[in-house]
Amino acid sequence: MLYREAGQFKSSYADDQRIFPLRQDRHAFWALLAAAYVGVPLLANDYWLQAILTPVLIFSLAALGLNILTGYAGQLSLGSAAFMAVGAFAAYNFMLRLPWMPFPLAFVLGGVTAALAGLLFGLPSFRIKGYYLAVATLAAQFFIIWVLTKFPWFSNYSSSGVITAQVLSLAGYKFLTPVSKYLLVLICVSLFALAAKNMTRCAIGRAWMAVRDMDVAASVVGIRLMPVKLLAFAVSSFYCGLAGVLYAYCYIGTVEPEAFSLDLSFRILFMVIVGGMGSILGSFLGAAFIVLLPIGLDHILSALPGAWLPAGFGSNLQLMLFGGLIIFFLIVEPQGLARLWQIAKEKLRLWPFPH
Amino acid sequence: MSELQFFAEVLTGGLLSGLLYALVALGFVLIYKASGVFNFAQGAMVFFAALTYVGCLEKLPRWTGLAADSVLLVWLALLLALAAMLLLALAIERLVLRPLVNQPPQTLFMATIGLAYFIEGLAQGVWGANVRGLELGIQDVPMDWVLDHTGMIVSRFDLFAAGVAATLVTGLALFFRHSRVGRALRAVADDHQAALSVGIPLATIWRIVWAIAGFVALVSGLIWGARNGVQFALTYTALKALPVLILGGFESVPGAIVGGLIVGASEKLAEVYIGPWVGGGVESWFPYMLALLFLLIRPEGLFGEKHMDRV
Repeated sequence: MLYREAGQFKSSYADDQRIFPLRQDRHAFWALLAAAYVGVPLLANDYWLQAILTPVLIFSLAALGLNILTGYAGQLSLGSAAFMAVGAFAAYNFMLRLPWMPFPLAFVLGGVTAALAGLLFGLPSFRIKGYYLAVATLAAQFFIIWVLTKFPWFSNYSSSGVITAQVLSLAGYKFLTPVSKYLLVLICVSLFALAAKNMTRCAIGRAWMAVRDMDVAASVVGIRLMPVKLLAFAVSSFYCGLAGVLYAYCYIGTVEPEAFSLDLSFRILFMVIVGGMGSILGSFLGAAFIVLLPIGLDHILSALPGAWLPAGFGSNLQLMLFGGLIIFFLIVEPQGLARLWQIAKEKLRLWPFPH
Repeated sequence: MSELQFFAEVLTGGLLSGLLYALVALGFVLIYKASGVFNFAQGAMVFFAALTYVGCLEKLPRWTGLAADSVLLVWLALLLALAAMLLLALAIERLVLRPLVNQPPQTLFMATIGLAYFIEGLAQGVWGANVRGLELGIQDVPMDWVLDHTGMIVSRFDLFAAGVAATLVTGLALFFRHSRVGRALRAVADDHQAALSVGIPLATIWRIVWAIAGFVALVSGLIWGARNGVQFALTYTALKALPVLILGGFESVPGAIVGGLIVGASEKLAEVYIGPWVGGGVESWFPYMLALLFLLIRPEGLFGEKHMDRV
């Protein structure tokens, strides 16, 4: 009844190419944006902003990056955390060594540096694919973290290797409160999510999907594989790099190689799987799910009577549930949460009629 | 000690540890050959197997009343660990592989990452997370005979482990070449549908292969555990095995051995000769880089099958 396209006609090309063709969708989207930009800063407390909303947004950006590479272009990567580290360290060094540089520029340059690293490690994708490529991206993960740990220049000769991130300030305003950091992250994420959505809808995105579905066929119809694959690597690493910068500056507040371990790469991969491969919305849903799952499990486990579980079992139970849920999702809905959302919308379209 | 002697010593050490990598890589190859699944959980299985063995060894005296140092205990623990691996293999086939049949390989790969998390949590949840020692009765001391004759230090334990690895590999290779199950397995590896249509029971073959992979995991878990202690770091042995797989090719048992030898030797040599130039610690990434460079020349690994893509 409520959610129906009846009476909405597309009378121009612009109408036809809208991201949300349905008026109801548009209204819901604007309401969501308003809630995120106005409602949340007014209502949410520091715990929610700092421990839940900011990381969800940051990981959404990282998941978007990996989704472009894995979900759209079909190149499996296990090195996303390393590209996040490149972004974080590059931004740190730009701000440290060029103090005049405004931080948004340093953030973007951090992303660009990560993109260059991504290009470099994307080169093997020309010759190899599938599992071999996945293992090759592991090389990036280990090599980059090793370089960042081994050469003290990157961490400005800090003795512990852990650096406190600089305070972000722009035109005299300092980003110190959780609300300001949240808004900064939100702006970045909404801008780049829009960019990603549009990239995947235009010629580049279609070329990526053609390569994903079958690269030989794609090259037969005239898609040049090398530039298309490399572009996917570069764009994906840019997103991951920027997410790394935000992760270091707006979430954990330190820049350290250990924060960007292989485990983080896997978590980002899970976000993409659980959320839905090849879906922008899925990246957000997946990131929210994977960030909230441990927090939710903690709450449930701590609510149980303490004597019921042996000591230290909680974290292991969490690992088991985490792994189990991944398998469960792959079995029940290989296309992820985004697909469930789609099914729900289709049901809503018919409601309240059975057919 | 002369320069050449030192080189030989490093090389021997590397080759011997390379056989240990090959042992882990073998588990990957078996499963990949039979079911086309790149089983990331192999490292977790190694950890689970070793932990189950040590855990049984700890608990059994209390359960059965046997003396803590009896030989029977060791065999009983070994048997229990083997049974646990068998159960695990059956459970994986039933609960993970069968529902995911016909899914693209990437999905299966990611399912095994989830499986790795699950098994790690299970192992630590059941047996606890503390580091345990594991005693196989072979000391990690230099061989006197080799030391006297050539002046090289070659660990007795390394030699024993290499011997076990070599025996296991030869045994498996013979098994696959000459036994009925082995032939069926190679048929499945070649073409699932063709194998099914001539009446080879796919599910049974999968169960057998995962059980054998579990057995290989137990052996590698015992050896690696005796060497470095039974701890969470055992799961990282899987990461050591990946460059081995790339070098050797995913489908080849001999490839796993040759790849293991190359990785082990080059890793130790790089640590000794390149390490000092860049500050050490190159072991963590050198095999990967080597494998990556190698892939640029031969994308399917040394002994991997060449694939032809058709539209």
